[in-house]
Amino acid sequence: MAKVRNKSFVIMTFLSPILMVGMIVLIAFLTKVNDNERRVIVVLNESDYFSNDFNSTERTSYINFEDISLEAAKDSVASLGYSGLLYIPDEKDLEKVAGRSFFYTKDAPNTGVLDNLEDTFRDRLRQRRLQELGVSEKEFASMDKSFEINTATFEGEQNLKGINEIKAAIGGGFGYLIMMFIIIYGGFVMRSVIEEKTSRIIEVIISSVKPFQLMLGKIIGTSLAGITQFAIWIVSAGVLMIVAFAIFDIDPSGISPSGGVGSGIGVAPPMPDANQTLNLYAQEIFKIPWLMLITFFIIYFILGYLIYSSIYAAIGAAVDNETDTQQFIFPIILPLMLAIYVGFFSVFNNPHGPIAVGFSLFPLTSPIVMLMRLPGVLVKTVYPFGNWRPLFCC
Amino acid sequence: MNNILVTNGVTKRFGNYTALNNVSLEIPRNSIYGLLGPNGAGKTTLIRIINQITFPDSGTVFFDGEPLRPNDISNIGYLPEERGLYKSMKVGEQALYLAQLKGLSKIEAKKRLKFWFDRFEIGDWWNKKIQELSKGMAQKIQFIVTVLHEPKLLIFDEPFSGFDPINANIIKDEILKLKDQGTSIIFSTHRMESVEELCEYIALLHQSEKILDGKLSDIKKAYKNNIFKVGLEVEQGEILLKELSDTFEISSSTYTANERQLDFTLQLPNNDTRNVLQYLSSKGNVNQFLETVPSANEIFIRTVKNKGTYE
Repeated sequence: MAKVRNKSFVIMTFLSPILMVGMIVLIAFLTKVNDNERRVIVVLNESDYFSNDFNSTERTSYINFEDISLEAAKDSVASLGYSGLLYIPDEKDLEKVAGRSFFYTKDAPNTGVLDNLEDTFRDRLRQRRLQELGVSEKEFASMDKSFEINTATFEGEQNLKGINEIKAAIGGGFGYLIMMFIIIYGGFVMRSVIEEKTSRIIEVIISSVKPFQLMLGKIIGTSLAGITQFAIWIVSAGVLMIVAFAIFDIDPSGISPSGGVGSGIGVAPPMPDANQTLNLYAQEIFKIPWLMLITFFIIYFILGYLIYSSIYAAIGAAVDNETDTQQFIFPIILPLMLAIYVGFFSVFNNPHGPIAVGFSLFPLTSPIVMLMRLPGVLVKTVYPFGNWRPLFCC
Repeated sequence: MNNILVTNGVTKRFGNYTALNNVSLEIPRNSIYGLLGPNGAGKTTLIRIINQITFPDSGTVFFDGEPLRPNDISNIGYLPEERGLYKSMKVGEQALYLAQLKGLSKIEAKKRLKFWFDRFEIGDWWNKKIQELSKGMAQKIQFIVTVLHEPKLLIFDEPFSGFDPINANIIKDEILKLKDQGTSIIFSTHRMESVEELCEYIALLHQSEKILDGKLSDIKKAYKNNIFKVGLEVEQGEILLKELSDTFEISSSTYTANERQLDFTLQLPNNDTRNVLQYLSSKGNVNQFLETVPSANEIFIRTVKNKGTYE
C-alpha cells in the first residue's frame, strides 16, 4: 500500500508511458528526418550501355559528368560535397563494363543507394543475357512466377501460410509480457523484503502475522500494484501514441518492428487475391480461442509470477543489502531468457518438438514457452499435449 | 489460573548450538516479570518462542492455561529489541496498518491512536514520515503500536534503549499504569536499576539455562548475608570495636573521636538481631542499624559468576 502511494511509483506510473511514446515518436521522427535527406550522385558514364538508366527520384538525384577524367571527377565530387561518384568505364562487353564499374564515396556507402545501383546493373545484365539466349522478357517474366503449395489440416480447414507466425507472435507477445512483469515486479518483492530487514520492522510484523502470510501478502500486493501500473501504461501509452502520431503526422506502419511487442515476426507475403486472403487471415486470427488463450495467460501468469517472486523474496531474505543481490539475480533471469530464446528459435517452428515439450515441463520456463505454443496448438481440435499439460506444468 | 504464561522444559537448538536448554518459567498474571541474563543467554530466543516466531524443539508453552495457539498473537504485544518502522511511511498510516494487523478494526484503531497520541502530545506527528522523526520519537510510536491492541501480555525487550532519561521515565510510568490496568508484562533487559524499580518477579538466564527465578523480594531475602550497617554514638569506640570483633566479623569501621561516632559493618551468624541490638544499645546510643540488601545488580553478577550456587 505504501508502495502505491509512494511518489516515485506514482510519477513512474504516469511518466513511463510518456517516455515510452516519446522514445518511439522520436525514433520515428528521426528516421523520417534522416530519410528526407536528398542524396546527389554524380555519374561519370563513358559507356553506351547505361545511357539513361539513372533517373532522379524523390530521394536521390543523379548528375551526369561528361568528358572529364576519373581523377578530376573524384576531386570535384569531393569538393562539391556530393554523396558519391559512379564510374562506368567504356568497354565493348557489358559484363566487362559492369565488372569494372566503381562507386566512390567519402565513407561507407548507404545500403539503400547501393541496392538501387546494383538493381540497375542486374536488370541490364539480365536483359543482355536473355537476349543472348534468345528469350524475350515477357517469356522470362512468365517463367519467374512463384508457386506456393496449398495446405490444409486433416479436418479440411484451409491453412494459411504465415498464420502460424502471427499466432506465434501473439503467443510470444504474451510470453514476453510475463517475462517483463516478472523481472520488474519480482525485483519489487525482493527490495521490499530487504527494506523490511534493514528497517528492522520485520520482527514487529512477524509477531503479528505468519511469515507465509507476510510473503503471500507481499507478492499479491506487489502484483496487484504492478497490474494496475501495467494497465495504466498500456492504456495511456496507446492513447498517447495515437495522439502523438496525429500531431507529428507519422505513419505508424512506417515504423519497423520496435513498434509493438512481438511484431517482429514476419507478416505473410502479399498474394494475388489479397483481399480474400486478408479475410482468411482475419478469420483465422478470429478463430484463435481468445478466451481460452487469455485464461491460460492469466493462469500461467499467476503461477509463473508466484514461482519467480518467491525466488526473488528468498534472495531478498538471503542478502543483507541490495548490492549483494546482483550475483543471485542472474540465475533467475537465465531461465527466463532461455525460455524466450528457445521460444523464438525453436518452439515457433515446431510447437510439438521435444525441445518445446521439455521446456514446457520445466517449471521455470513453462509459463513463457507454453504461451508461445498455445495459440498455434489451440486452433486444432485435437492437440496431443495441450489437454493435460496446463494442469501439470506449474 | 494464576499464571498468564508457563513454559515447560523449553529447549531450542540452532544446529549444534543450544540456545535454550530445558527452560521452565511461570509468569504470574498481572505482574512485571524481569527476564534477565547476559548477552547471548537466550532471552530473545525465549521471547521469540513466546511470540511464535520460532518454535521450540521440545517443551511446551502455555498461555492463559492452554497450549499456545496462533490466535494468541492478538493477545500478546511485543516490542522487539531489534525494532524499526517503515521509514518512508507516514506515522499515522503506519500505526493504523500495524494495529489492523493485530486485529483491530480501522475505526477502533483510529480512536485508540488518537487517545495515545494525545496522551504523549504527539498529535501533530500523524502525517510525518518516520524518517523525519528522531530515534526517540520513533520509539514512542513503536511503544504505542505495541500496546494499542490492549493485549493481556506485553513483552518489552530493552524498552528504554534509545530514550533519554525524561522519555524513559514517561515510558516507565506508562508501563506501571498498564500493569495497574491488569496487564501482565515480561521485561527483558540488562539494565538492573530498571529491574529494581519495576519488576516483582525475575528469572535469570545464563548460558541457555535458567539459573534463578522467583519473586524479587524473596530472592533478595535469600541473597542477603545478615550484614548490617551500624552507627553508634559511644565513648571509646576503639575498645567497643575490639570487644565486638572478638565475637563478630567486623569490617570497614571508622571512629570519629570528636563526634564520638562509630560506624562499622557487622556480619551476624543468623538474622536474629535482638541480642546484638540489646548489647549495642547498652553501650551507647544506636543511630543506625540497617540491613544491607543486595541489589539486583549484585545478585546478577554474583549468580552469573558462580553459576548454579543458588537453589
